[in-house]
Amino acid sequence: MNNSLLVVVLASGIAYGTPLLYGALGELLAERSGVLNLGVEGMMLVGAVMGFWAVQRFHVTTTLALLGAIGVAALAGALLAGIHAFLVVTLRANQIVSGLALTIFAGVAGLSSYLGNDLDLAKSPARHQFQEVFPKSWQDLPVVGPIIFGQSVLVYASWLCVVLVALYLTRTRLGLNVRAVGESPAAADAMGINVSAYRYAHTLVGGAFAGVAGATFSLSITPQWIAGLTAGAGWIAIALVVFSFWRPALCLVGAYLFGAFAYLPFVLQARDYPWAPPPELSQSLPYLMTILALVLVSSRAARLRFGAPAALGRPYVREER
Amino acid sequence: MIRIERRLEQPRWLTVVVPVVSVAVAFLLATLVLLATHHPPLHTFRRLFDAAFLDNGALTETLVSATPLAFTGLCAAVAFRMNLFNIGGEGQLYAGAITGATIALLLGGAPSAVVIVGMIAAGAAGGAVLAAIPGVLRAFFSTSEIITSLMLNYVVALIIDYLIFGSHSYLRDSSGFEASVFPQGKTLPDEATWPSWAIHGLVIPLGALVAVAVAVVVWFLYKRTRFGFEVSVIGDSARAGRYAGMRTRRKIVAVMCLSGAIAGIGGASQDGDFRHQLDPRGLTQANYGYAGIVVAALARYNPFAVLLVAFLLGGLQNAGYTLQGADFPNGLVGVLQGLLLFCVLGGELFIRYRVRIERRHRTAAETA
Repeated sequence: MNNSLLVVVLASGIAYGTPLLYGALGELLAERSGVLNLGVEGMMLVGAVMGFWAVQRFHVTTTLALLGAIGVAALAGALLAGIHAFLVVTLRANQIVSGLALTIFAGVAGLSSYLGNDLDLAKSPARHQFQEVFPKSWQDLPVVGPIIFGQSVLVYASWLCVVLVALYLTRTRLGLNVRAVGESPAAADAMGINVSAYRYAHTLVGGAFAGVAGATFSLSITPQWIAGLTAGAGWIAIALVVFSFWRPALCLVGAYLFGAFAYLPFVLQARDYPWAPPPELSQSLPYLMTILALVLVSSRAARLRFGAPAALGRPYVREER
Repeated sequence: MIRIERRLEQPRWLTVVVPVVSVAVAFLLATLVLLATHHPPLHTFRRLFDAAFLDNGALTETLVSATPLAFTGLCAAVAFRMNLFNIGGEGQLYAGAITGATIALLLGGAPSAVVIVGMIAAGAAGGAVLAAIPGVLRAFFSTSEIITSLMLNYVVALIIDYLIFGSHSYLRDSSGFEASVFPQGKTLPDEATWPSWAIHGLVIPLGALVAVAVAVVVWFLYKRTRFGFEVSVIGDSARAGRYAGMRTRRKIVAVMCLSGAIAGIGGASQDGDFRHQLDPRGLTQANYGYAGIVVAALARYNPFAVLLVAFLLGGLQNAGYTLQGADFPNGLVGVLQGLLLFCVLGGELFIRYRVRIERRHRTAAETA
């Protein structure tokens, strides 16, 4: 039963969807404050390479090494996001161009490969990696075993993050302020909220999430360093934020959907089903669904309720409001 | 305290000095990166420039990288001028490559001129049709073109994969044993090879000349026609354009189509000038579309500046390929490109705004 197509695809959809979820949660926080950061892919890759470096170099117990690696990856992501924040918040640069610049700077042909090469990381497998946490007998339970209990601690931590981000945005003073900053920075400013500080903070936290997302690749999914190992996951994370109407819980659903659709072709190919559609079709479905969902919520009423933060992508200049 | 205020007029000298200083700062930062990782900076830069512009045949290779960048750069510049953020240049280039290769195979045997014109037209049409999707969605449903154009990049990349790896399509080479083991595109007929001209060892491909022609057309369209004027009005304020009776929706769709068509011609040029087949791996790994946005931004959306920047960045990219491996720091080219872009972007502030550092004066109210 645990070998049935649905269970296998769901279980791996969750595993493959986890880095997407981290990346999307981070991007969601930044976008809710009005900062669009297209540099997720670059931040992920640098997070992946630095997390991997930490695991190879920290000579401590497995738990400590992995914890340290996650910390290093988050820090690396946040530092990169700091460049973006400085450019778009302080220097009022175009957010789209700056984000793309970040991906080029840090991406496959940039800093991540430079670091991976310079720190000589490509040759060896990870010394420590995230393993399944629950005992084997639990993992053998029908259906819930592989799906719920067969995952690494990063998956369970991501569930906690979803809950925390959702509570933060809807139930705390700070979270409500962020939303005000993203929807109407002028009104937020008039309320005495420091718009720049909020945007900086959330862009940085968003970068930290992206760094962790990268480390999920290099320490859990494919525990080694390969240049460009995220293979576009950062871009998908950005799409997911839109797909989920800027809501954390829907991010989780979307991430697993994207993860499952990305993994489906491998299973279908391995099992050689005669009815299998071309893999390119199933892989393109999430993108097409994102476009469709976007169109459906584009009406004015729906946009106010489900749409992008109104000030997304716009610099806030007090003198020009 | 530090005050940032908008300049009412932008002095001419600033638009020259600021970019030059920005580039200098970028190289300074790159020097720091190299020093921090124990690479000799001067020697490394020297090799970079030799490989890009000075070595034997370097300029020819630089043109190979610069030609697609010029197309995608113009694609981005055309749309960004109207505040339409078409980041689908990547997919529109693929689309042009698909339609261009299809026409080339269909017309095989016809006179070369016919085939080449057909490829350019088909490439333009392919790119335009793809770009029309986000254009129409933006114009009639106000759906963000940023996301939809980005999503379509993936869809088209998957379509190319399907055409070559996933099916027995018209474009796939299905002759012989090797082709069945390593799937690849059909080799295009000889008539579909675009001409090139060698001047003192520098080979100029037809695509590069087409890119120059497109830049002239774009410049003329935006500076000298009513269409261009309306585009710039709508770009500054869509509301003002609507009140003045301009058809903003049509303009959005038209500009997106124009933008996509330019990227599409770039795709056809990939088929005709350089690859001579529909080459999925080569096209999707080059990231010309995303780099084109960088080109357009560095050129501040001026079509002629796009050509120049495409040439310079093409040189960098070419040097990256040539020097790959051995003792050359991997990934340096991306780092350098990113730093250049950060610095030029940051420098824009000093063109548009004036930064004033003034001592805080006590006002009468405070002292009282």
